[in-house]
Amino acid sequence: MGAHHGPAKGLTRWLFTTNHKDIGTMYLWFSFAMFLLGGSFAMIIRAELFQPGLQIVQPEFFNQMTTMHGLVMVFGAIMPAFVGLANWMIPLMIGAPDMALPRMNNWSFWILPPTFLLLASTLLMDGGGPNFGWTFYAPLSTTYAPPSVTFFIFAVHAMGISSIMGSINIIATIVNMRAPGMTYMKMPMFVWTWLITAFLLVAVMPVLAGAVTMMLMDIHFGTSFFSAAGGGDPVLFQHVFWFFGHPEVYIIILPAFGVVSEVIPTFSRKPLFGYDSMVYATSSIAFLSFIVWAHHMYTVGMPIAGELFFMYATMLIAVPTAAKVFNWVTTMFKGSITLETPMLFAIAKVFLFTVGGFSGLMLAIAPADFQYHDSYFVVAHFHYTMVAGAIFALSSAVYYWIPKWTGKMYNETMGKTHFWISFIGFNLTFFPQHFVGLAGMPRRIPDYNLMFADFNMMSSIGAFIYGASQLLFLFNIVRTITHGKPVTDAKVWEGGTTLEWTVPSPAPYHTFTTPPEVK
Amino acid sequence: MYLQARRLLKLALSPVLMLLSLFSTGAWAEEGARWQTNMTPGITEVGHQIYDLHMWVFYVCVVTGILVFGVMFYSVFAYRKDRHPEPATFHENTKVEIVWTIVPFLILLVMVVPATKTLIEIYDTDDSELDILITGYQWKWKYEYINPNGDNVSFFSNLTTDAAEIANTEEKGSNYLLEVDEAVVIPVNKKVRFLVTANDVLHAWWVPALAVKRDAIPGFINEAWTKATETGVYRGQCAELCGRNHGFMPIVVNVVEEPEYNAWLAEKQAAAAEIKELMAKDFSLDELVARGKNVYTSGCAACHGANGEGGVGKAIAGSPIATGPMKDHMEVVVHGVPGTAMPAFGSQLNEVDLAAVITYQRNSFGNNMGDMLQPVDIYKFKKGQ
Repeated sequence: MGAHHGPAKGLTRWLFTTNHKDIGTMYLWFSFAMFLLGGSFAMIIRAELFQPGLQIVQPEFFNQMTTMHGLVMVFGAIMPAFVGLANWMIPLMIGAPDMALPRMNNWSFWILPPTFLLLASTLLMDGGGPNFGWTFYAPLSTTYAPPSVTFFIFAVHAMGISSIMGSINIIATIVNMRAPGMTYMKMPMFVWTWLITAFLLVAVMPVLAGAVTMMLMDIHFGTSFFSAAGGGDPVLFQHVFWFFGHPEVYIIILPAFGVVSEVIPTFSRKPLFGYDSMVYATSSIAFLSFIVWAHHMYTVGMPIAGELFFMYATMLIAVPTAAKVFNWVTTMFKGSITLETPMLFAIAKVFLFTVGGFSGLMLAIAPADFQYHDSYFVVAHFHYTMVAGAIFALSSAVYYWIPKWTGKMYNETMGKTHFWISFIGFNLTFFPQHFVGLAGMPRRIPDYNLMFADFNMMSSIGAFIYGASQLLFLFNIVRTITHGKPVTDAKVWEGGTTLEWTVPSPAPYHTFTTPPEVK
Repeated sequence: MYLQARRLLKLALSPVLMLLSLFSTGAWAEEGARWQTNMTPGITEVGHQIYDLHMWVFYVCVVTGILVFGVMFYSVFAYRKDRHPEPATFHENTKVEIVWTIVPFLILLVMVVPATKTLIEIYDTDDSELDILITGYQWKWKYEYINPNGDNVSFFSNLTTDAAEIANTEEKGSNYLLEVDEAVVIPVNKKVRFLVTANDVLHAWWVPALAVKRDAIPGFINEAWTKATETGVYRGQCAELCGRNHGFMPIVVNVVEEPEYNAWLAEKQAAAAEIKELMAKDFSLDELVARGKNVYTSGCAACHGANGEGGVGKAIAGSPIATGPMKDHMEVVVHGVPGTAMPAFGSQLNEVDLAAVITYQRNSFGNNMGDMLQPVDIYKFKKGQ
C-alpha cells in the first residue's frame, strides 16, 4: 500500500472516520443544521410576539420554544461549530498531522446527532418538551417539570460527555503535537483561545452534569437537593448552574475572539498589535469567569457581602475585555485594510460584541440590575454577545477558511449581501429589545402590554430578515462547494501568515505528515 | 435616486425619533407610554438613585464607544489598501498596554462608589412602618398585611384581563395584562417592607416604578422595601419564569394618602370579620351557587373553561369527581392533585368560597347533583384530615 491514501468511500467514510478534517466538516454541518433548527424555534417565538395577544402558539408551547431555542443554539449550534473549527484548524495551525486522539474524536462527534434527536423528540412526548427555560431553574424543572425532563437530563449528560472528550482531545493535541519550534507563545491566537476554552470545558461540564444528576435524584429518587420542604434549597440549583453557566459563556466567546484575532491581522496586513497581552487577557478572562457566577442571581436575596463581591469581580472583567478590543482596533490602525466578507463580519463582531460588553457592564452594577434583571434588556445584551459575538465570528471563520477547506472561492457579492442583511436584521431585532426591557417588559412572556407593541413588531421583522439571510449563507456555501471558482494558491489571502496557508488548497486529506519547521 | 434619498432620510431620522421619545416619557404610571425607551426613575428615592447610576454608566459607555469605534471606523476608512498600500509594522508597546489596562480600571472605580452606596441603602430593610408578606402562586400573587395589633388582612390578586382580549376577539384595553381584581394598597411616604416568598415554583415580584425586584423562593423569605413619594397606580409583572401563565400574573400597586389607606384597611378587616360570621351561616343552594359562580370565574375558569368544558384542566361538566362522592370532590379542591397543575385551594380560598364553588360545580354545566356544602363542612373536612 502506498503511504498516501484518500478517504474511504460511501457512508463508512463518515461513520468510521478518524480524520480531523472529516470530523471537522461533520461538526460544522451538524452545527449548521442545529442553527437552522434553533433558528426556526426563534422564528416561532418572534412570530408569536409580532403582535400583542396570542395568535400562533399557546403559552405552554411558547415556553418549550424559548427553552429549546436556547438549548439548541448553545449546545447544538455554537459549541459544536467552534469544535468543528478546532478540528479543522488546530492541526493545520500547529503543523500536526491530526488530532492527538482520533478515535475519541470520532466518538465525540457521533454522540451528538442521537443526543439532539432525543432532545428534539421531547417536543412530541406526552406533556411536551422542556418548558422551563434553557437555565432550567428548579423546582420548575424538577417537581413541576413535564415527564420529558428525564430525557432532557440524559441529553445534557451526553452533550457533556461529548464536550469533555472533545476538549481533552484539543488539550492533548495542542500540548503534544505542535511542530518543532512552535513554542506556546508562537501559537496562533485561535489555538491559544481554544486551549484556554478547552480547560474551561473540562472544569465546568462536570459541574453541569452534577446539577442535572441532582435534578434526576430529586425527580426519581426522593432526594431534596432543590426543595426547601426536604431541607434543600432552590437557590443551590442556581449557584451550581451558574458556576457552570458563566464559564460557559466564555467557552462560547473565547474561540470567537480567536477567530477575529486571526481575521483582523490578515485583512489589515499587519500583525496583531499585542500578542502577549492578548494571551494574558484571555487567561484573565478565563480565571475571572470562575468567580463571577452569582451576578446572574443578584435578585435571589444574597447577603450584601456576596452581592458586593460578585459586583466588583464582574466589573473587573471589563479590563481584560477592553484590552482585547483595544488590541483589535490598534491592529487595524495604520494597516492596509481590505473589506472582504470575513473582515466585514469580524469588524461587525468587534463593534457589536463591544455594544454587548457595554450593556454587560451596566448589568454588572447590582443596584441597576434590580431593574434590568430578567427583562428584555438582558435578552438584548446576551444576543449582542452570543449572536454578534459568536455567530458573526463563525460566519467570518467560514468565509475565511472555506477556500482552504474546499479549494473553491465563495461568491464575494453574495457573501457581502449576506453580511449586510445579517447586520441590519440583527440590529433591527435586538436593539429595540434594550428599549422594551428598560421600559419594563419581562423576558420569556408570550404576550405583552400594548406599550411594548411597536418595538416588538420591529424586533420580529428584524428576526425574519436575519433568519432569511442565513438561507442565503447556506446557498452561498453549497454554491461554493458545487460551482465555486477553484483556488490554486496555498496562500488564499494576501495577509495570511499562519501555517494553514502553507498547505495546498484544498487542504489534502493528510497534511503535515512530516512536521513543518517553525522559526 | 429620489427613492434612495427618501430611504436615507428615514434612516437618519429614526434615531432622532427614538431620542425624542426618550424625553417624552414619564414614569410607568397609570398608562404605559408607547415607544418608551428608557428606564423609569420611578417614584422612590432609591429608584432615582438607580436611574442616575444607570444613566451615568450609560454615558461612560457612550463616550468610550465613541472613542473606540471612532478609531476603528477611522482606520477602516483611512487605512484602506487603496489609500494606504503599505501597512505599518509596529506591534507591542508596553506603555500603551499598561495605560489601557489602568484607565478602564480607574473608570470602574468611579462607578463602584455610587453603586455600593445605593446597594447598601437597598439592603437596609430596618425600621419599616408596614410589613406585607407577598407570596407567589402559579399564577397569582397573595398579599398579607402583617398587623401587630389585630388580624392580618390577606387576599389574592388575579389577572382580570378578559380571555377574549388575549384571544384577539375583543379590543385590548390600555392596561392589557397589567390589571388585577385587587391591587396592593400602600400608604405614600411610609417605609413599606415586602417579605417575598413563593408557594410552588420561583417567581419574582417586580414593579419598575418602585425599583423593587425580588425573587420569590418557596421555603425562603426575601426582604425588600420601598418608600413611595407619589400617589398613583403602578404596574409590574412577575419576572421569573414560573410556568405556563408566567406572562399573566401582573402586579398592581395603589399608592394612596395615609387616611385613605387606613380606611381601606379597616374595610378589609371588616370584610374579613364578615367572612368569619358567614362561616357559621347556613346558606341555601341558590346562595351558594350564586357565590360559587364568581369564585369559579376568577379561580377555576382559566384551566377548566368558562362552561366547565375543560382545557388545561379536566372538564367539570359530567366529571366523575363533580358527579361522584362529595368527599372526593372536597379532597381534590382542598388538597389539589399532587404532580399536576391542580393546586390545593384549601390555602387559597376561605371556607365560604370553597363550599360555594364546590356546590356550584356540582350543580352547573349540566351537573345536577342537588347536594350542597356549608362552610362548616369544609372546616370539619380540613380539621378531620
